[in-house]
Amino acid sequence: MSKRLMIVDDSNIIRNKIARAMDTYGLEIVGMASNGKMAIEIFVETRPQIVTMDLTMPEMDGIGCIRAIHALDPAVRILVVSALADKATAIQALKEGAQGFLCKPFTDDDLTAATGELLDEEEYD
Amino acid sequence: MTEVELRVFVAIVKNYFEQQTAVAADVYTPYLADPTALPIFDYTGVIGISGVRQGCVYFTAPAEMLRRILKHAGETDLSVRNLADLAGEIGNTISGNARRQFGHEFLISVPVVIKGLGQTISLPKGVKAYVIPFCWERLDAALVVSVV
Repeated sequence: MSKRLMIVDDSNIIRNKIARAMDTYGLEIVGMASNGKMAIEIFVETRPQIVTMDLTMPEMDGIGCIRAIHALDPAVRILVVSALADKATAIQALKEGAQGFLCKPFTDDDLTAATGELLDEEEYD
Repeated sequence: MTEVELRVFVAIVKNYFEQQTAVAADVYTPYLADPTALPIFDYTGVIGISGVRQGCVYFTAPAEMLRRILKHAGETDLSVRNLADLAGEIGNTISGNARRQFGHEFLISVPVVIKGLGQTISLPKGVKAYVIPFCWERLDAALVVSVV
C-alpha cells in the first residue's frame, strides 16, 4: 500500500514540483496546503505518514506547524523544504520533530534523495 | 551593506540559475541605486528584512524570463498566477539562502508580489540600495538589496 503524503508550501509552483518528483516513490498525495493552519486541518482529516514542510509561510509558519503535527502524531515523517539556509534553523526544525532538511533551490534528484533517506530511515525505526 | 556582503547575494543569484536551469546567469557589477530610478520589470517579489538587519530585498524580472524558468522546471502552467508566484519564490529563496552568511536572526517576510512595469517600489528611507543586474538567456533582470 502506498504511503500518504501531504505537501505544505505557500508557493503553488513548489507544491506542484514536489508532487511531480514524488511520483518516483508512488506516494499518494492526500493534501496540499499553503500555510501551517491549513496544513493542520488537512493533517487531522487525512493522517498522512509523510509531510514536506516549508518554513516561511503566512498564517502559521512551518516551525509552529511541525510542532503541532508532531504532537498529533509523533510517528509522522517530516521533510523540511525551505530556503532558510542557516544551521540554527535546521537544528530547530529537527528538534521540533522533523527528520530531514532540504534547502531550496533544489533539483528533483535532491528531493528524491532526501525523500529516499526519510523512507529508508522509517524502514529501520 | 559591504562589498563582501553584496558578493553573498551575487553568489546566491548565480547558484539559483545554475541549479534550477543549468544555464548560467551573467551577473554584472553591483551599483548604488538612484532611489528615483530603481529597476523594475514585469514581476517583482519583495521580501521585508527585520531582526538584526533592516530593510528589503527584491527580485524583479520580465515575464518571459519567468516563463522560461518555469519551463525549465517542467511546469506547464505558465499563467499569470504562476509567474507572480515564481517572482515571490525567487525573492524568498535568495533572501532565505542569505541566512547561511547573515545568521538566523536575519528575518525574512513572506513575499509581496508587484505586477507591472509602471509600479514604484518604496525602499526604507535613509538606507542605501544596491542593484545587482544580471542577464539570463539574453533577458535582463535585477536583484535589489536595501539592507542596513
